[in-house]
Amino acid sequence: MHIPDGYLGPTTCGFFYAVMVPIWALASKIVKKTLEARQVPLLAIAAAFCFVIMMFNVPIPGGSTGHAVGAVLAAILLGPWAACIAVTVALVIQALLFGDGGITAIGANCFNMAFLMPFAGYYVYRLVSGTTPTVSPRRVAAAAVAGYVGITLAALMTGLEFGIQPLLHHTAKGQALYCPYGIRVAVGVMVGSHLLVFGWIEALVTAFVVRFLQKQDPALLERGVGI
Amino acid sequence: MKTSTKAWIGLMALAALSPLGILLPARFKAGAAWGEWGGEEIQKLVGYIPHGLDRLSRMWSAPLPDYAVKGWEEKGLKHLSLAYILSALIGIALVAGAALLIGKMLTKKSER
Repeated sequence: MHIPDGYLGPTTCGFFYAVMVPIWALASKIVKKTLEARQVPLLAIAAAFCFVIMMFNVPIPGGSTGHAVGAVLAAILLGPWAACIAVTVALVIQALLFGDGGITAIGANCFNMAFLMPFAGYYVYRLVSGTTPTVSPRRVAAAAVAGYVGITLAALMTGLEFGIQPLLHHTAKGQALYCPYGIRVAVGVMVGSHLLVFGWIEALVTAFVVRFLQKQDPALLERGVGI
Repeated sequence: MKTSTKAWIGLMALAALSPLGILLPARFKAGAAWGEWGGEEIQKLVGYIPHGLDRLSRMWSAPLPDYAVKGWEEKGLKHLSLAYILSALIGIALVAGAALLIGKMLTKKSER
């Protein structure tokens, strides 16, 4: 889901940087008010977890690969705004040091995986959890559903960004300048592969860690408590 | 054991296991993630390399591209796996370090 350099034209790249700058500013402002000093190690652990879990490429035999992101888990533990910062840090290091995701596409990739995904996942988790206690099995199910929905929405957004490129930029002869696949193919493949395979991986990872924390340190699942 | 200690052990375990992220796709003959192809692959897929894509894709040359060490590409999966683990460790250290720094800066005020 890491859009590389060259797949998005300058309009899309600029647009998503312009959208993300105020989101990053607001995230800093809100996190400054809400994050406690003792939660800082958890922020670092969550960011590092997102970074490393994205290295686990899962194959569709004979086809493409995909991976979990961890952004919904980060949002469950830290709230969506702090999760936005944690995932952004992971994505920026991935782009700069490892060429995973383009420099020009940092705005778009962060919108998909550091904004849309943790926010959508966080509210799905809250909705499904309802008023159940933190150690309730329903929370594990909520985490799974939230992970699945969060990553699939991020994939849908990624597909849309890819898919509008042939409309926005093409030569007089109709050759694409950037991503050559249109909306139908791009959205179909991105959403389809995540609904069928990668969404389940995200669901498993998110639910597994929440289940582990219910036994190990349930206080972490109460919002506003540090590690 | 403190949860944070366990979390760090877990992260190190994930780094050690990370080569699964290249070995499994190789075993099951899976290609790149959709939309993350290099120039050659895209040439095969659509018959040409889009002009803007060609230009922009060369603007940044990462020091450890695809979590690999430049020049080790031909050395096989063992070397790739080793480079992958090293990349995971370097990445975890840098990401955690940066997040720690940002977190400290943001929470500084409330400590005063």
